[in-house]
Amino acid sequence: MEQLRTIGRELAMGSQGGWGQSKEFLDLVKSIGEARSKAEEDRIITRELEHLKRRLADPDVPRRRMKELLLRLVYAEMLGHDASFGHIHAVKMTHDESLPLKRTGYLAVALFLDERHDLVILVVNTIQKDLRSDNYLVVCAALTAACRLIGEEAIPAVLPQVVELLAHPKEAVRKKAVMALHRFYQRSPSSVSHLVSNFRKRLCDNDPGVMGATLCPLYDLILEDPNAYKDLVVSFVNILKQVAERRLPTSYDYHQMPAPFIQIKLLKILAVLGSGDKQASGHMYTVLGDIFRKGDTASNIGNAILYECICCISSIFPNPKMLDAAAETTSKFLKSDSHNLKYMGIDALGRLIKINPDIAEEHQLAVIDCLEDPDDTLKRKTFELLYKMTKSTNVEVIVDRMIEYMINITDHHYKTEIASRCVELAEQFAPSNQWFIQTMNKVFEHAGDLVNIRVAHNLMRLIAEGFGEEDEGADSQLRSSAVDSYLRIVGEPKLPSSFLQIICWVLGEYGTADGKYSASYIIGKLYDVAEAHPTDDTVRAYAISAILKIFAFEIALGRKIDMLPECQSLVDELSASHSTDLQQRAYELQALLGLDKQAVESVMPSDASCEDIEIDRNLSFLNGYVQQAFEKGAAPYIPESERSGVVSVGNYRAQDHQETSAHALRFEAYELPKPSLPLAASQASISMPTTDLVPVPEPSYYKEDHPMSRSQTSSDSLSGEFGLKLRLDGVQKKWGRPAYSSSSTPSSSTSNQQATNGGASSEVGGSISSQARESSYGSKKQQSTEVSAEKQRLAASLFGKADRKAQAAARKTSKESPSTEKVSAAKATPQPAKEQVTPSAPPPDLLDLGEPVSSNPPLADPFTQLEGLLGPSSASPVVSETPASSSSKTPDLMSIFSDDVQTGATSNSTEPSLGVNVVAAKKGPSLQDALQKDAAARQVGVTPTGNNPILFKDLLG
Amino acid sequence: MIQAVMVMSTQGKPRLLKFYSYQPPEKHQDLVRGVFQLLSARPDNVSNFVKVDAIFGPGTKLVYKHLATLYFVFVFDSSENELAVLDLVQVFVETLDRCFKNVCELDIVFNFNKLHTILDEMILGGQVIETSSEQIMRSVEEIARLEKQSNTTSLIPKSISERFSR
Repeated sequence: MEQLRTIGRELAMGSQGGWGQSKEFLDLVKSIGEARSKAEEDRIITRELEHLKRRLADPDVPRRRMKELLLRLVYAEMLGHDASFGHIHAVKMTHDESLPLKRTGYLAVALFLDERHDLVILVVNTIQKDLRSDNYLVVCAALTAACRLIGEEAIPAVLPQVVELLAHPKEAVRKKAVMALHRFYQRSPSSVSHLVSNFRKRLCDNDPGVMGATLCPLYDLILEDPNAYKDLVVSFVNILKQVAERRLPTSYDYHQMPAPFIQIKLLKILAVLGSGDKQASGHMYTVLGDIFRKGDTASNIGNAILYECICCISSIFPNPKMLDAAAETTSKFLKSDSHNLKYMGIDALGRLIKINPDIAEEHQLAVIDCLEDPDDTLKRKTFELLYKMTKSTNVEVIVDRMIEYMINITDHHYKTEIASRCVELAEQFAPSNQWFIQTMNKVFEHAGDLVNIRVAHNLMRLIAEGFGEEDEGADSQLRSSAVDSYLRIVGEPKLPSSFLQIICWVLGEYGTADGKYSASYIIGKLYDVAEAHPTDDTVRAYAISAILKIFAFEIALGRKIDMLPECQSLVDELSASHSTDLQQRAYELQALLGLDKQAVESVMPSDASCEDIEIDRNLSFLNGYVQQAFEKGAAPYIPESERSGVVSVGNYRAQDHQETSAHALRFEAYELPKPSLPLAASQASISMPTTDLVPVPEPSYYKEDHPMSRSQTSSDSLSGEFGLKLRLDGVQKKWGRPAYSSSSTPSSSTSNQQATNGGASSEVGGSISSQARESSYGSKKQQSTEVSAEKQRLAASLFGKADRKAQAAARKTSKESPSTEKVSAAKATPQPAKEQVTPSAPPPDLLDLGEPVSSNPPLADPFTQLEGLLGPSSASPVVSETPASSSSKTPDLMSIFSDDVQTGATSNSTEPSLGVNVVAAKKGPSLQDALQKDAAARQVGVTPTGNNPILFKDLLG
Repeated sequence: MIQAVMVMSTQGKPRLLKFYSYQPPEKHQDLVRGVFQLLSARPDNVSNFVKVDAIFGPGTKLVYKHLATLYFVFVFDSSENELAVLDLVQVFVETLDRCFKNVCELDIVFNFNKLHTILDEMILGGQVIETSSEQIMRSVEEIARLEKQSNTTSLIPKSISERFSR
């Protein structure tokens, strides 16, 4: 309907646009707009294409009409229909003498064809001719087409002309010639390598536009070999300086910024040139400082330049002053309301922490905010940042977070990425084997089909080798815990294939090793696995091999076990399987059952998976046999490559045997093994209920949440604002014990987590919508309390160091909670859930026991808070703590204790000051609401959601 | 470099497709669909950047702008700055607005060849060559003027020759 009206308007205006579209084209667009289904649309276009086919082939059609017909063809192809019959007409039109037709021809050709297309050969000649044209527009059109269509072989044909055009009087032509040359360089560096000096020459072009264009190829060249261009550093710096000082004509300004795109390109180039080069970097500091000083954070493009500056500074030889400036700008980005700037801030932070990891500390809350943001892009970027700053101290929290997020995403590509990152981090920083195995289990459970099979093999090897330590006891404990966890998990439906393979392997190898489980129990489980996956041959093979191993171990121990009838039927079934691999395994099992103890022991030694197997690759033990055969007149072996004809069956058998030990003898005739990633299975794994991960029943939290929040509204509101204030301020290293009532903390934080989980699992897109979250909370204020408490704990565990204080404080509150909770008649269940949030829960802290009384008072007396505000809180213990905690790679109990002592001493002065700050800032109805309204208003202005299509005016006015 | 420019309606219909790195034509519709699904799932008031490794290959990002009934989408790799590309979208839209005087979706549908002309002035071979919408307008107007000129000049001789042939 809307479309109709606008079309009506369009018709009323006539073809006022002056581009001479005919009624037919209008009708076409109109009917497509009105089409109710894709099928109808397809029908319309098919009809149109037939019509076009007829008309284009018609020699009587006037040339002006041809132009429109061709455009209609382009339109049809854009909508996804094959218009290849018209390509030749487009090529023909490029030969036309009239400029509009030629341009249309070039446009269509550039859209229809690519360098590999057969028809391109017909266009090259035209391009060649047109590059010599007197009309610069023709030359431009030809250059544009050349960028798109000239492939490696055709480059020599047009190269001389393009090089000539670098000196063309028109700057538009020079610019395009530079870009065309750049394009040729990208296509085939060797064919234009002798012309690279031209780019240097063009850098001195009179026209800034041409100079700017030259930066693009130079950037590529410099990326390839920075050392060859070090001499240009001074020139680049000079250009940047001139641009930044507004020496360029004002026509190059964009939103009051002087030539921002040139500045950005220059900064990118300088970043490459200055990387690891102290001398080159030395030239840059002044101009970078200037740009920072003049930086305009109000406009988008100004921020783009500042961001590029940060990138440059983090790449070149570090300079403390510059880094400070960069950190300051980064914090501005992070505190901004705009998601775009937050995104850039997170990215910039990721760059800066590479140089100075401490910078992250200051922004911990902002980072955690971003982690919980409904914006998926921001969230992913934040995970990237966390990935970069993972250390052995925070790996548990980060990987847990990642897994939690991973479970809910449906995007396979990203899921794969984050799963492999989890694996990588876990492999690199795992604090204990136990944790590692648990983490891997989780990853495999939820994304097993997406991770590299190598990871599965690594995990199996790890369980087998036990981290290479000599402590056999620990190893066997590890194994039995793995067996325990797998036995628990194996019954679950829809486990990914590779995870099942691991389970089968571990159960087979170690299921009976500690004597806890009987062989028949394990075999029963393995049988269940094989039964439950009738289509997955690999899993079945793993299962049957595991069964075989169990039998072998039992026989070797001299115990006689009977084959279960269903197991026997499985073996029978597999012996008749269409898979030769399964058949063989089944037969091997049957054969093994008939062997005696000694033979079994040597065939299947216990726990020998790590032993090296000696392979006689030359099969020397067969030499005698071969010799005999020769003597009897057998033909010598001819390698497969030198042979033609049928491969004998005997070879197949030999190959079958070899395949497991050596890959060298693979026959080409076999298909490559297909990756074991059945799509359906993995999709199934995504749809697993997430409640499995959260062991606590949901409803109880919501129930207990509300009475509590009502009973302490006053303190809640204060602490709510406290949380907000924290975020606004960036909270510098002095957020000691939180100044809010303790009783709401544990339960609300769990409910927060619960809500996030619940919200996420219910969302199809995997992103948590803020609405969902909001609706699950009683009030906005309460939400911020929860978030702040949760966040602080998270921050503490992520960033460690000085923030242990916060963690300690959080612990305190959680410890005090049982008493208050008893009052509000709540269950004590939240505790275990809370422990999940901070898995690295330190041991009970004796120092805190005397504190419960003081947990509430800070809020009671505003005057003492005021005093706290006046007294400078410079005595923050951060500095003194830093060396202690940074030196301790593994969680150091002593340092925690010492932190707490300091916390106890300083908390009185630091925490109330925060509280009052908040009160001061948050007086009045609601600053945040106002901001939100403002943002909403802006939003309406910028991206109008109404149906009126002429709304760009709002934006551009 | 910039890999693709797309303009699509909020119903997912492509209004303009331009690829600077080769994409087989049969893949175009999949790309459009992929991008559209991605964008339509995004709530309002979030950032304008999305990573699109899954659609366009590793390291690619897209910047989009949702204006009225259209999505303007620029796809690019790591050598561009997200905020700058966002401004490039802005330049593009501003230019369109100057060009069509209160541009609306219909203008774009009917004049996609003009959009291509504008884009060719802005981006060549995936590199940004011009970012001043005034400058772009000037070039585009000059092209239009010369095209008209050449039209008339080519028409007159033709009509004359036709007259002669009679």
